[in-house]
Amino acid sequence: MTRRLECVLLAHGSGGRLTRDLIAGSFLPALLNPYLAPLADAAVLPELPPGRPALTTDAFVVDPPRFPGGDIGYLSVCGTVNDLAMAGARPLWLTWALILEEGLEGALLETCVEGAARASRETGVTVVAGDTKVVPKGKGDRLFVTTAGLGVVPPGRDVGDHRICPDDAIVVSGPIGDHGATVLASRHELDAPRLCSDCAPLSALVESVFAAGIAVHSLHDPTRGGVLSVCHEVAARSGLGLRLFESALPVRPPVRAVCDLLGLEVLSLACEGRLLAWVPADQAEAAVRAMRTHPQGEGASVIGRVDQVRPHGVPVVLETRIGGLRPMDDLSGMDLPRIC
Amino acid sequence: MTDDPLFADARAVAGLLDAIRHVAEQLARPTTFMEVCGTHTQVVAAAGLRRLLPASIRLISGPGCPVCVTPVGYLDRALALAFLPDVTVCTFGDLMRVPSSTMDLEAARARGAHVAVVYSPRDAVRLARSRPDHRIVLLAVGFETTVPTIAAALAEAEDSALNNFLVLPGNKIMPPPLRALADDPDVRVDGFLLPGHVSVVTGWHAFRFLAADFGLSGVVVGFTPTDVLRGVLELALQVERGRPQVVNLYSRAVTPAGNPTAWALVERFFEPADTGWRGFGQIPGSGLALRPAWVHRDASRIPVELPPPTEPQGCRCGDVLRGVVDPNQCALFGAMCTPDAPVGACMVSSEGSCAAWFRHEWREGSSE
Repeated sequence: MTRRLECVLLAHGSGGRLTRDLIAGSFLPALLNPYLAPLADAAVLPELPPGRPALTTDAFVVDPPRFPGGDIGYLSVCGTVNDLAMAGARPLWLTWALILEEGLEGALLETCVEGAARASRETGVTVVAGDTKVVPKGKGDRLFVTTAGLGVVPPGRDVGDHRICPDDAIVVSGPIGDHGATVLASRHELDAPRLCSDCAPLSALVESVFAAGIAVHSLHDPTRGGVLSVCHEVAARSGLGLRLFESALPVRPPVRAVCDLLGLEVLSLACEGRLLAWVPADQAEAAVRAMRTHPQGEGASVIGRVDQVRPHGVPVVLETRIGGLRPMDDLSGMDLPRIC
Repeated sequence: MTDDPLFADARAVAGLLDAIRHVAEQLARPTTFMEVCGTHTQVVAAAGLRRLLPASIRLISGPGCPVCVTPVGYLDRALALAFLPDVTVCTFGDLMRVPSSTMDLEAARARGAHVAVVYSPRDAVRLARSRPDHRIVLLAVGFETTVPTIAAALAEAEDSALNNFLVLPGNKIMPPPLRALADDPDVRVDGFLLPGHVSVVTGWHAFRFLAADFGLSGVVVGFTPTDVLRGVLELALQVERGRPQVVNLYSRAVTPAGNPTAWALVERFFEPADTGWRGFGQIPGSGLALRPAWVHRDASRIPVELPPPTEPQGCRCGDVLRGVVDPNQCALFGAMCTPDAPVGACMVSSEGSCAAWFRHEWREGSSE
């Protein structure tokens, strides 16, 4: 073991002794497993279980890198695992690469490595390969993470927007917008002690829905762009109409408060530990029940349905609490905070 | 708050709509009311209220979106300042994508201009403290609701002798444009839904001149669908009775005299000045300029080269802001001008009439 890292130096990325010290001192103790241990150029893995391999890649640049309920390390592993789970895949292995800015405080790096390790323990998905680069101060914002994830879709399972049918119910696994609201509040130093990111792995929740015998048609995690962006993507791919019920949308009061304060649309706020499931209407209640047996799905509810015909040709509409029908346009550019 | 079930109750809304329909049947002629405030515009559009009202009652949007009424010359100056090597321009997010004569602030930032988005004027003060080598210029845009926070930032900078904190004065006050509208023969309005947030600061007595001087109705309302519908009902009743008055239906937040503490802080730094409004031109006494004692904080005195101000061709933001046309009557609306590629300012902020219409109103003939 080496000394505790105080601050990242350019030399930590040079490939020499300091790089080896960084890996041995900061990364291996938290992430070690038999496939990572040889520190070879590539991890050689056992044969895949039966099914179709699923491969994903993701990049993480969240600002701030530490927020209530998580950090960029935890987020990066959860996010990658969740992308695989949304394809119906059982996640198996990850790669994890860091771009560090010269001068990064060692404690922050430690938090993020520990976050990644915690997510890895929670999901049983191990980091089998990694890389570290250091860029000069001012050329990066503290730390960025990129990942790749490999999983397998079990035989007989087929999940995707091509399976969505008219009348399908749209189920959400819990309250929406917590991650986006928390990160925005942290960034702007809003004092909101009740806010906490929903960042969490979803692979076990997905498996529990399949285990309950639900014929899941499609799955999405409403990350960047939130529920609204996912709905627009689904509508565009399926050619169908999506209808959301305002009175059924689960939104926690502090999240609602941040939206009101900053003038944001809650349906456009990111979630990092929630999923949307498209299921046959007659299985909607069973899907909700199955989710609620799982800690990540305690707040599950039906929030919408798929329409064969789009009202006025609009792809995504909201049935408002007062009985109106509102077209929901997709987010355009950045969601701009209001000024008065 | 617009989603608070307490104020978005379907039964309450249905009851109010029934009452409004009943009054509308008694009215001798079609009636037009203007919602002055951008947040009201957003509530009206988001709740779909325009389509729920009887056809004889028309709601039009007014000049209450601060970004929308900011003239292009102001943005040109902000842009020029942001390209100076030792200046960082701080702005509320709404202004980032408002077109100037050349480009918007977002495009300028991508080309190397120093632009920072802040959520609070005090964020800009904090930036000034951490960047003593830079002059930090806050784009001071907004109505009576926003000005006290800008005055508070100025006070903080004064107290800590932060001489690199400046503002580019562009704040405006609401009563003068309402007077201009009431006086404008092109604008046919029977009554105003008056801005609730502004009234929290000014007090509702600031709008009594509408009835006294022009014989027009006015009602201060809050920001939920039921608030707005109560306001419409009150205006319709006044028209039916032929007794225009200015009343306050937002008494849970608004008092007759407003918030004198906040306004005293504003008056410490600012004094009334003539200023230009998009769509209206120059309106006497409608702007706020820094008092002479604070000229060292006035960024409009920093010399910059400005292009001749160019309004986008064909854009009818000015007419939309005066309620002369609805957004969809502009030839650019929805085709040339969308939230993705806004031509006019009213398409940028979520409170701009055009953006609210584009996002929430059903578009004629819209289809896949």
